[in-house]
Formats: sequence, structure tokens, C-alpha cells
Amino acid sequence: MKCLGEEYMINLKLLRTIFYNMSLFQQWAFLVKEALDKSFLVAKFFCAIHVTDTYLFSTALVHGPSMLPTFNLNGEIVLLDRISTRYGKVGPGDVIIIRSPESPRKVVTKRIIGMEGDTVTYVVDPQNSDITKTIVVPKGHIWVEGDNIYNTYDSRNFGPVPYGLLQGKVFWKIWPTSAFGSIARRPQTVDPALKVME
Amino acid sequence: MVTPNFFWTVCKSSFTVGLIGLTISDRVASIVPVRGFSMSPTFNPHESTSLGLFTDDHVLVEKRCLTDYKFSHGDVVVFCSPSSYKEKHIKRITAMPGDWISVPYSYDTVKIPEGHCWVEGDNPTNSMDSRSFGPIPLGLIRGRVTHILWPPQRVGKIDRKFPQSGLAF
Repeated sequence: MKCLGEEYMINLKLLRTIFYNMSLFQQWAFLVKEALDKSFLVAKFFCAIHVTDTYLFSTALVHGPSMLPTFNLNGEIVLLDRISTRYGKVGPGDVIIIRSPESPRKVVTKRIIGMEGDTVTYVVDPQNSDITKTIVVPKGHIWVEGDNIYNTYDSRNFGPVPYGLLQGKVFWKIWPTSAFGSIARRPQTVDPALKVME
Repeated sequence: MVTPNFFWTVCKSSFTVGLIGLTISDRVASIVPVRGFSMSPTFNPHESTSLGLFTDDHVLVEKRCLTDYKFSHGDVVVFCSPSSYKEKHIKRITAMPGDWISVPYSYDTVKIPEGHCWVEGDNPTNSMDSRSFGPIPLGLIRGRVTHILWPPQRVGKIDRKFPQSGLAF
């Protein structure tokens, strides 16, 4: 360790002597080149992060009551897979992140219930009545519902969602550590009379 | 000994260039060719010429608008088709959320829902647009067209044309 430290000091002294012996212009050119190199490195790093985030994997914070009990109320950090949505490899039972059709700056988490061509039967208003409606999901669209059907704003309110709004598929929970693990393919049933445990 | 080193350097540089190019085309702007005649005379005004990559109009699509999705009447936008997400269309926004649109050839008026917009091609006789698939969510938009870059005689900024027909108010 002491040898490395000494070598480092010697190199530093050498660089300093070389630097002070350069003309002013050369010093300036050297500093500019160093600054450009470092900022180029930062730019490359940022581009790598962007490409990974957009095309490979991403993370998201899921919060809110609409996906209880799969995700808790306060918020959980999940890993998104962006490759399967790009190639259409999602199906009913997958939890996905979509850009909200009503406010494009918001992203919401829901579960796919039906793909294009599927017939979906859903309860129109679970809190007040038992009436169900059946529809066929149009071409290029998907039907999404939140797991907590008593407190969710989903395809029953805004209709089938065009596939182009899909942002990614949720496949792993990474925080809190007590919830670490994969996502179930079926929502666990929620009884409104029971208090939901976190 | 020189050749594998050189090959590795070329690989690294092209990977870096690819990464940076991809980031810029996703976040800043990209150049796309316009196929079809649904936006004549703004793009591809001559129907009779043979089509190929060199005779298509090429336009600059800016992506900075995707951070806050603030579009307005008359913007020409690129969006994913609601019936098949792999295709992208270029049309003009003619109505924003809250506007009323009178559907042609019928007595209906449609109110554009929150977060959606009505898109129409400039060439109404030859355009598959909101008159067939209804209002589209703003989240489907992938960029806004600002300039024509090819052919050289029509290089310039795209104007915001206000729609003349169809709007009730």
C-alpha cells in the first residue's frame, strides 16, 4: 500500500512539472480536453441508463388502493420488463403498467383480464349491485382491471385500452424486502367485510 | 496483434455511437419518412409519382413534447395506431379534450373525452383517421412533426392549420 501511494505521488509531481512547463495555451487546451473527456463519459453513462430503462428493464413505485392485496397501500418498488410488451408477449393474468388514457402524464398499474378478441364479463358496479356486462375486446386493445374491484378506476370506467399505451410488465417486487418476490398470476380475492392486512 | 485490437475498438465505438444515437432519437428528435397520401398537400403532394425511399418526404419529429404531453390544435403528430400498435401514423390534431366534433355523414356530435384528441389527415378523401377509429388517447402520441427535411425544394417549418370543417365550436 505504501508503494502505491508513493508511485501515485511521483506521478502527480511529474504531471505538475509538465503542466507548469507548458505554455498558457497548452495548459488551457489540456484542461478543456480533460473536461470534454469527463463530460463525454457522463453522457455515455446517461445514454446507457436511458437505453436500459426504455428497452430492457425499469423500476417503478406502485402505490394506491386499486391493486390490493397484490400491492400494499403505501407503495412498493417493482421491476418492469419492457421487452415482453414490445413484442406482444403479455397475456391475461399479467400485471402491467399503462399510461392512463385519461391523463397521459400518469402511469397506472393494473392486471390484464382480456386481450383482443376475448370475451370479458365484468361486474359493472360491485359496491351497489351484481349486474354484469359482457363485451368483446376490440382489435388492438386490452381489458385491464385492478385487483381490488371495490376501489379501482380501470377499463370498467375508461373502456378497453389500446395496446400502444402499455409501458411494461411487472415481474418482480424489490422493496419492501418483506414483499420481495414474484407476482401471482391470479389476484387473491378480497372480501370487503374483512380488514385488509398489509 | 493489430487486427483484433482494431476490431475491438471499432466495436466499442460503434456501440457507443449506437447508444448515443438511440438516446437522441428517443429524447430529442428523429427523422422519419412519410408514406402514403393521407396528408397531401402538406406531405407527399403528388399522388401519381412512383414511391420509393428517395421520393418520400422526410420530416423531423421532435420528442421533447413527450415530457408533458402539451399539444394544441393543428399540431401534426406521429402516433401508434389504436388497432395495431406496431404501425405508426402521421396526422394532424383537429380537436383537443373537451371540444365537440360533428361526425361527418351523420347527425352525431362527439365530445372528445379527457386525455384524448381527434386526429385527421389533411387529405380527407384518402385518410384513415379518427373518423374511422374515434378519438385517440394522447398517450399514443410518439412525437410532433416540426419541419420537412426532404425534398430540398419543400424544406421548411410545418404550419399549424386550423380546421375548417367538423368543429361545432
